Amino acid sequence: MAQIILDRLTAQFTAGEVIELGSALGNEWARIKRESWTTVAKFLRDDPALKLEMFIDLTAVDRLGLRGYEDAPRFDVVLHLYSVSHKHRIRLYCGVPEEDPSVETLVPIWAGADWFEREAYDLYGVRFKGHPDLRRILMYPEFVGHPLRKDYPKEKRQPLVRRQAGTRE
Amino acid sequence: MGFEFHTSSLKAAVNWARKFSLFQYPFVTACCGMEFMSVAASKYDIARFGAEFPRFSPRQADLLFIVGTITERQGPALRRIYDQMCEPKWVVAFGVCASTGGFYQNYATMPGADQVVPVDVYIPGCPPRPEQVLDALMLLQDRIQKGEGHSQITIDAERGYDVPIAAIRPKQLGPTLSTTSPNAPGSDALHDAHAEGRK
Repeated sequence: MAQIILDRLTAQFTAGEVIELGSALGNEWARIKRESWTTVAKFLRDDPALKLEMFIDLTAVDRLGLRGYEDAPRFDVVLHLYSVSHKHRIRLYCGVPEEDPSVETLVPIWAGADWFEREAYDLYGVRFKGHPDLRRILMYPEFVGHPLRKDYPKEKRQPLVRRQAGTRE
Repeated sequence: MGFEFHTSSLKAAVNWARKFSLFQYPFVTACCGMEFMSVAASKYDIARFGAEFPRFSPRQADLLFIVGTITERQGPALRRIYDQMCEPKWVVAFGVCASTGGFYQNYATMPGADQVVPVDVYIPGCPPRPEQVLDALMLLQDRIQKGEGHSQITIDAERGYDVPIAAIRPKQLGPTLSTTSPNAPGSDALHDAHAEGRK
């Protein structure tokens, strides 16, 4: 569907910025080196043949304990882009290791990434370096930890308020 | 009927007036709200039971309808609204989410609104049929008449009045619907408060 995006990426980035790319079920994807995340993103937005000007989605994946991925970085940041001009789309991955779960922010490139990065930070604990306002967006500020991480206990609750035995009701 | 009044206590007369003049505050958070609208609108017409008038200020309401899922984050707001209502006040948990958390079993959802406020009547269903809500309302009216609401019991106990026999056995309250959730932290406290009130 959008082989041109993959072709342009391979032609433009020859120093290992694009780790891997492919096409599955009509969807193109590419895995980007963490250090080149914003460079590649900016190129995809500005290249006249690609013009991926529309930010669709950004989220994260926790692959803790997933068979076949023991050596891969624990988290993936997943980015979906669409071109209104050329009507094509692509999915980008960026591996983020557990020891330093951080990646450059995309807010200067697509303003729409703001709340999506806050959500990925809130639920997965991925830090977006340079984000203008990296606060929790869904959970309350008192919440400790990141609930969609695979090592967060499934039913662990952090109540803000509870009835207290012996008080007047 | 008039003669009965002369022979009954003042409390019974007051409770009779209370049960047919419920002013509800709908705390609507989720899809159960649709069913609530149906109950409140002309087809099922909750007005027939004297509870037609939703007040959107807790200070003017005495019946709190908790309609829908309560998240942990909403807990303080719900508690504050309950505290702002004037006594005596009653609480109905509308649907399984408000009663127990429903099918949500995770980090975000409160396992039942009774974790933060005392609930008088639980309505099961996802969402409940309007008939179930009317059934619950009639059950609540019975409870009000007998002086068995949580808040009525608290007031009576504080003033040293006799509290209903049923109130010192809260786990067996109610003819059809369960009143005390197994995980309600306040149920034993309630029991103790009443035992003290009767001394």
